[in-house]
Amino acid sequence: MNLKQQFQLRFGVAIAAVASVLLIVLTFEFPPVDTIQRGYRGLAMGLVESHKTEAKLAVDNALPEETPKADLIGQPASAVYQNVQVLKDVDAGEFIRLMTDITTWVAPQQGCSYCHAEGEEFSSDKLYTKVVARRMIQMVQHVNADWKSHVAETGVTCYTCHHGQPVPANIWFTQPETLRPEGFLGNKAGQNMPAPAAALASLPYDPFTPLLEYANEIRVISKTALPDGDRSSVKQTEWTYALMMHISKALGVNCTFCHNSRSFAEWDQSTPQRGIAWYGIRMVRDLNNAYLSPLLSTFPSGRLGPLGDVPKVNCATCHQGAYKPLLGASMVKDYPELAGLTTGASAPGMPAPAQSK
Amino acid sequence: MTEYQNIFTQVQLRATVTEAGIPLPRGSLPRLGQPIFSYWLGLLGDAQIGPIYLGFTGVASLICGVIAFEIIGLNMWASVNWDPVQFVRQLFWLALEPPPPGAGLCVICPLNEGGWWQLAGFFLTTSLLLWWLRTYRRARALGMGTHVAWAFAAAIWLYLVLGFIRPILMGSWGEAVPFGIFPHLDWVAAFSVRYGNLFYNPFHMLSIVFLYGSTLLFAMHGATVLAISRYGGDREIEQIVDRGTAFERGALFWRWTMGFNATAESIHRWAWWFAVLCPLVGGIGILLTGTAVDNWYLWGVKHGVAPSYPHVFPTVIDPATLQGMPK
Repeated sequence: MNLKQQFQLRFGVAIAAVASVLLIVLTFEFPPVDTIQRGYRGLAMGLVESHKTEAKLAVDNALPEETPKADLIGQPASAVYQNVQVLKDVDAGEFIRLMTDITTWVAPQQGCSYCHAEGEEFSSDKLYTKVVARRMIQMVQHVNADWKSHVAETGVTCYTCHHGQPVPANIWFTQPETLRPEGFLGNKAGQNMPAPAAALASLPYDPFTPLLEYANEIRVISKTALPDGDRSSVKQTEWTYALMMHISKALGVNCTFCHNSRSFAEWDQSTPQRGIAWYGIRMVRDLNNAYLSPLLSTFPSGRLGPLGDVPKVNCATCHQGAYKPLLGASMVKDYPELAGLTTGASAPGMPAPAQSK
Repeated sequence: MTEYQNIFTQVQLRATVTEAGIPLPRGSLPRLGQPIFSYWLGLLGDAQIGPIYLGFTGVASLICGVIAFEIIGLNMWASVNWDPVQFVRQLFWLALEPPPPGAGLCVICPLNEGGWWQLAGFFLTTSLLLWWLRTYRRARALGMGTHVAWAFAAAIWLYLVLGFIRPILMGSWGEAVPFGIFPHLDWVAAFSVRYGNLFYNPFHMLSIVFLYGSTLLFAMHGATVLAISRYGGDREIEQIVDRGTAFERGALFWRWTMGFNATAESIHRWAWWFAVLCPLVGGIGILLTGTAVDNWYLWGVKHGVAPSYPHVFPTVIDPATLQGMPK
C-alpha cells in the first residue's frame, strides 16, 4: 500500500466514523429509558418510558391555572343573557366563569372577540366560531355523559383537545387517494408516501375516512385456523395497520399496550386497555358523524380540507402523545355543567354508516 | 505474519497480458470491453475488470430489466406529480401497486389500476428467467456443473410464489407484493398480521433456520479456510484428497472442537443446500398461507406448537360480543 492509498483509506475511515457518530446522536433514543413489565414474563409486553419524552409530556400537559369557584347569582343564564341555547339552566355566575375559562382554554390570544363579534351584542351569532363553539359544548357534554366507557369519570373539557389553541393541534381531513386523479400512471392507491397518520410508514395515509368516519371493518385476521370464507385482503390489513400505528403514536405506546403481539386478534390475551380503545374508536366515529360533519355549512371554506370536508377528530386530538389525556388529570369535576347533557342540548344518535370502499 | 490477517484480499494478480477467457463458440456475440485493473476492486475480488460477455440472453434480459425498472420508476415519479425533489426525498416510500383486491384476476387490468404493475411484473419476470438461462448456458459453455443456475432458480421460485402463483390461487392480484422499498416491507408485515403471525408457520421457521444457518456455515467455512491459509489452505481443491494438508488441519480442528467435521467437498454441499432451501421452503410457507392455512397462530394452537401463558390481566371480553353495542 503506497502513501496515496494509505491516505485514501484513512480518509474513508474518518468519514465513516463521523457519519456513524451523527447517525447515533441524531436518531438514537437517549438513555435512561425504563421498561415496565406488564404481561406475563417472557412475552415482551413492556411499557417503554423514555425520561426525555416523559419530561416533555409533563410540560405539554401542564394544566391551566385553576379558577376560583363562581359566585352564584341565583338566576339561570337564560334569564340574564340573550340567545343562550345550551347552557340555559346553568347559574349565570357559573356561566360567566365558564365563558372566561373557555377563552383561556381555546383563544387566550384572541380573547372574547374570537367568538363574539366586535361591536355586536354578545348574543349575536354572527361569527361561525360561536356557532361551532356551541356545538362543541354539546359534544363535550355528550362525551362526558354517554361515553363513560372510554373517558370514565375523568371526562373531557375544551382544554383536553384545544390546549390553548383555537384549532386543536391534531385534526384530520379526508385525503385524495392519488395526487393525479386524471393521469394514466402514478396511482398511489391511498398510500406510499411518508404518512404522518401512520408514524411516517408507507402505509395508507388516510386510514381515518374509512375507519374513523365510516364504520368499515377494522378486523382482518381470520378467526379460524383453516380457510373458512374470510376474504379480508392484505391491502385491507394495511389500512388497519395504519390506524393502529396512529393509535400507537397518538398514545405514545407500543403495540403491546393493548395486544399480545403473538396474536393481535385474541381478546383473552389482550390487556384491558384494548377494550377501552375499542370504545374510543366508536366514540370518535360518533363525534365525527354526529357533531363535526353536520358543521359543514357552518365552517368557512378556508377551514375545510382539500376535498371540502370539515376538520375531524382522531385519537391524537385528545391524547396528544399521552396514553391518558392531560396525564389523567380530571378538569371536568370543577365544571359540572360540562359533565352531562343540559336542557336543550340534544344529542342526536347517529351511527356511523359503513362505506363500500 | 500480517499478510493474511486482513479483511481484504492480499494477493492481486496483474498479468502483463490480460486474461481474455477461452474462445467463444461459433456464432456467439463478442465479449465487450478492454480489460482494466483496479486496485480498490482488487481488495474485494479479482483486480481485472472485463471483458464482459452478455450474449443474446444477457442483452435481452437487460432490456427487459430496464423496461421493468422504467415502468416502476416512472410510475413512482408520476405519483409525486413529476416533482424531482419529492421523487428523491420520498423514493424509499414510493411504489407501484398491484391491482386493487376487488379487481380479482383481471387479465388486462386498467393501466393505472394495476395494469402497469402487470407489465412491470411481466418484464421483470422475463428478465429474471433470461438471466437464469444465461447462468445455465454460461456454466455449460465452461464445462461446469449448473449448481449456480439451480440455486438462482430457488430464489426465482420464491419470487414467483409471491407475485404470481399465490395470487392466482387466491383469485386476486391484490394479494401480490407492490414494487417499492418500504411498501414491500409494509406488505410483509401486513401479510403476517392478516394470516395470524407467520412465525407460527413451520415452513417460515425452516426458512429462518436455513437463512441463519447459511450465515453460520459461511462464517465457519470462511474462518476455517482463512485460518489455514498460512499453510496454503485457500488452495482447497488441490488439497481435497491428500493427507497432511492445510485442509486436513481444518478438518481436525472441527473434529476436536465439535466431534464431527465436514470435508472439503461436503462443506460446499452443506452451504449450497442451506442457501437453496432458504427460499425453497420459504416459498412453500407463503404458498400455503391463505390457501391451506388462514391463521397460523390458531393452527399452532391446534397442533400444540403455540404455548399458552398464565393470565395476568383481568378477563378481557370482546366488546363487540356484548349486547346492544355499537358495531
